[in-house]
Amino acid sequence: MRLEANGETFDVAVEPRKTLADALREDCGLTGTHLGCEHGVCGACTVLLDGEPVRSCLLFAVQCSGREIRTVEGLADGDRLHPLQQAFWDHHGLQCGFCTPGFLMLAAAVLEQDPGISDADLREALSSNLCRCTGYQNIITAVKAARDQMTP
Amino acid sequence: MTAEATAQAATPPTWTGRPLRRFEDPALIRGLGRFTADVADRHPGALHAAFVRSPVPAGTIRSIRKPTGAAVLTAEDLAAKPITARLDRPDFIALETPVLAADAVRHSGEPIALAVAASRAEAEDLAERVVVDIDPTEPVVDANLAMKPGAPTVHPHLDMPMGNNVVLAAEFDTDGGIDGIMADCYELVTASIRSRRQSALPIETRGAVAAHDPAAGRTTLTASVQMPHMLRTALADVLDIDEADLRVVAPEVGGAFGQKMCVAREYAALVAAARRLEATVAWIEDRTENLLASWHSRDHDYWIAGGFDPDGTLVALDAELICNIGAYGNYPVTFGVEPLMAMAELPGPYRVPVYRVRARAVTTNLCPIAPYRGVSRPVITLAVERLMDAAARRLGLTPGAVRRANLATEFPHFMPTGMAVDPGSYRESLERAETVIDLAAFRAEQARARTEGRLVGVGFSVFGERTGYGTPAFAARAMEITPGYETVQLDMNPSGGVTARIGASPHGQGLATALAQIAADEIGIAPGQVTVVHGDTDATPYGWGTFASRSAVIAGGAVKLAARRLRDRLARIAAEELEAHPDDIVLAGGRAAVAGTDVGVAVAELARTAHHRSHRLPDGLEPGLAVAASYDPAGTFSNACHAAVVEVDPDTGGVRIERFVVIEDAGVLINPMIADGQIHGGVAQGIANALYEELVHDDDGNLLTASLMDYLPPTAAEIPDIEIDHLATASDATVTGAKGLGEGGAIGAPAAVLNAISDALAPLGIEVNEMPATPERIRALIRETERARSEESERRARATARRSQESP
Repeated sequence: MRLEANGETFDVAVEPRKTLADALREDCGLTGTHLGCEHGVCGACTVLLDGEPVRSCLLFAVQCSGREIRTVEGLADGDRLHPLQQAFWDHHGLQCGFCTPGFLMLAAAVLEQDPGISDADLREALSSNLCRCTGYQNIITAVKAARDQMTP
Repeated sequence: MTAEATAQAATPPTWTGRPLRRFEDPALIRGLGRFTADVADRHPGALHAAFVRSPVPAGTIRSIRKPTGAAVLTAEDLAAKPITARLDRPDFIALETPVLAADAVRHSGEPIALAVAASRAEAEDLAERVVVDIDPTEPVVDANLAMKPGAPTVHPHLDMPMGNNVVLAAEFDTDGGIDGIMADCYELVTASIRSRRQSALPIETRGAVAAHDPAAGRTTLTASVQMPHMLRTALADVLDIDEADLRVVAPEVGGAFGQKMCVAREYAALVAAARRLEATVAWIEDRTENLLASWHSRDHDYWIAGGFDPDGTLVALDAELICNIGAYGNYPVTFGVEPLMAMAELPGPYRVPVYRVRARAVTTNLCPIAPYRGVSRPVITLAVERLMDAAARRLGLTPGAVRRANLATEFPHFMPTGMAVDPGSYRESLERAETVIDLAAFRAEQARARTEGRLVGVGFSVFGERTGYGTPAFAARAMEITPGYETVQLDMNPSGGVTARIGASPHGQGLATALAQIAADEIGIAPGQVTVVHGDTDATPYGWGTFASRSAVIAGGAVKLAARRLRDRLARIAAEELEAHPDDIVLAGGRAAVAGTDVGVAVAELARTAHHRSHRLPDGLEPGLAVAASYDPAGTFSNACHAAVVEVDPDTGGVRIERFVVIEDAGVLINPMIADGQIHGGVAQGIANALYEELVHDDDGNLLTASLMDYLPPTAAEIPDIEIDHLATASDATVTGAKGLGEGGAIGAPAAVLNAISDALAPLGIEVNEMPATPERIRALIRETERARSEESERRARATARRSQESP
């Protein structure tokens, strides 16, 4: 089957039971998508499917044929970091960095869908994913900073 | 303006103290970090392992039937020694952990066999075809029940002279007369304190890739661990392999918090499998395995009593501490750390003239316990801080007054156990917290809220955090394996860049950035010119990894000492070239200059001289610029006061944290941005401990919270923004002036939250002493009070009715 991720095409042969997360990691070499629970709670594996944030551990790869997938590897524009990546770096929005790709993709979708999202709604949206290191404070600060920068 | 730009605009004289952005981040934010699973998934031809685990908490293994022709390994195949760490004390009974269970199983999820196949999915399929015949036996899961005579014994082959299933029983008493003092004291306050079982829950589970190279005869274990060198030694001992034939690599580690510190039986099995199969074998733990069979934590049950004078002075402290340590020991620190740390540090920063304590470790049919951020201190802090508030309520004093009557103000302060506490700001931190909260205004608001039927409360917690302690402190615990020092090798290359090879091993806290800042200040170069190499036993000096709030203090101290040696070498070379005295050479901004002059030379030029023109070096100097230093400090206490403001919903038992304030004193901050991040994360874990997270087992020892649908780490919706203020008490206990702070957030937060809840529920006369203080537990306390009150009013009504009937 064919997977389209970050504008690139991957021809892969996968078992029907293989999840999208495993196919991205093992068959497309996109190991930036991390697995924290494999049952859809932690959100570390969040990727964008046709612009919607999804848990790639809860989807089968075969469900995603012909759909547009975006992962953390596709967030930066060449050497230029996405404003969210820059904000996470500037505001210490990560420590171990394991949950970070999932938070970045979640936040990217949230800001694309609602560029002027309120602080309260943003906190609510970001409560979809788990982080164990930061206590969330600097993640929220970083996403607010990116929001404010992206919508002057 | 970014934090970094702000710092540069202020141009402080040193790199230390700046909120420098982390060198670790650019790879991580691009998804280019290399975690253990990434190494596995990028290893062509790697085999994958799945463990066959015990479905029951206790039983005798009758037989193990393997599918023919498949790669399934059992204890018989491994011929490994058990993993065992000891304390050299007569009241300690070592519990040996087999790499794979052979004759008996002692907790649910205990590994019995290892199935290896081409993919994880196929390995799981294979594991399901392994038939293990177990005769279940009666388990024991509660420590208090386990100690009773006649309760099932977890290790029936061991003699337990200290009590049924009691594997450590330590006592301490300053004064034989405490019973008399308690009987005579003005106010005796007692409390039962409980912290339920928890998981450290790093978002990256455990995992490892064992790759055997038959040509070299060497095996490389890439694993998500905190102590790579220690693991190498343990694997060599347990599997009887020449230690030189083992290499352990800790790549990016996705959080650990203690869970990746002790030697995992699974890693020993993987190395044995890779060597036997002459292959690469990977195992990435799934979340259910992680909750079931990775290390558990907490599970402490205390009784504590304080005798108080009318003015709140604590005259004596008495305690019984029981730690449920699960089925086996842990390596290298042993389960002894739980009760022994609790008994040694229970008095905290308070003057306690008379102290008696008995601390016991009890083995049960639950997953073994290992240190988790704060270890025993979140619970002992809860115990003592609850005691202070309970005493205040009984004596009609404010919580602040009782604390002020007892907090140490003269340093060094000696705990009754003899432990020395270096200078800190215990009382000042409390007073600052009261000011930041605006306590008077809050009390007025609280009174108003109560008239509306709303229950709001404030709680404080004052504590010291023992950090950065070296071998003397661990030796005092009589550890057979005594950790503590760190060694750093610094090497300046011919282009002027510096490589720091460290034995410490970060798990996400930004250590490489902080150490680069320390080195840069000494050598007079930019932190970006310092590359920190860690987590590879082939490339770094032997060290103890990351635990016990030690990395910045001990590895940082070793970096500073080594960098001074490098600076001295560079100064001597510069002095020769500039025809000056080495003492007059100043290294700054990448140049070595004669003090007070324009005469100087680039440090990179000196590096070329040292490597490429070594015949021109001053007499006595070796070629090159390689230096090393070790550091083994006695330890230092950072301190903090946490304050929480909460509102409790009496109908649901739900708690909302309205404010959370931290006044932190960790001495000199190397990187304040990283320091605050540590506090944020620690407090979030402390709030989780206080309100949310609990590994629940039924009476038969089955885990009921085996997924993140049932085990509930808090999200951004539950954790408030944390207001941080810093004090900085200088301490000469460390060469950098820094004190550790990695655990403090988790240590102080639970007590502040439970004190705040108890304050909110004061009108109902309720004290909350058990955590997590779930809505269910709070509702139960409220219901109990309501029932007692309604019984009381019914009794009064009946009495009134009786009196009116009796009256003529």
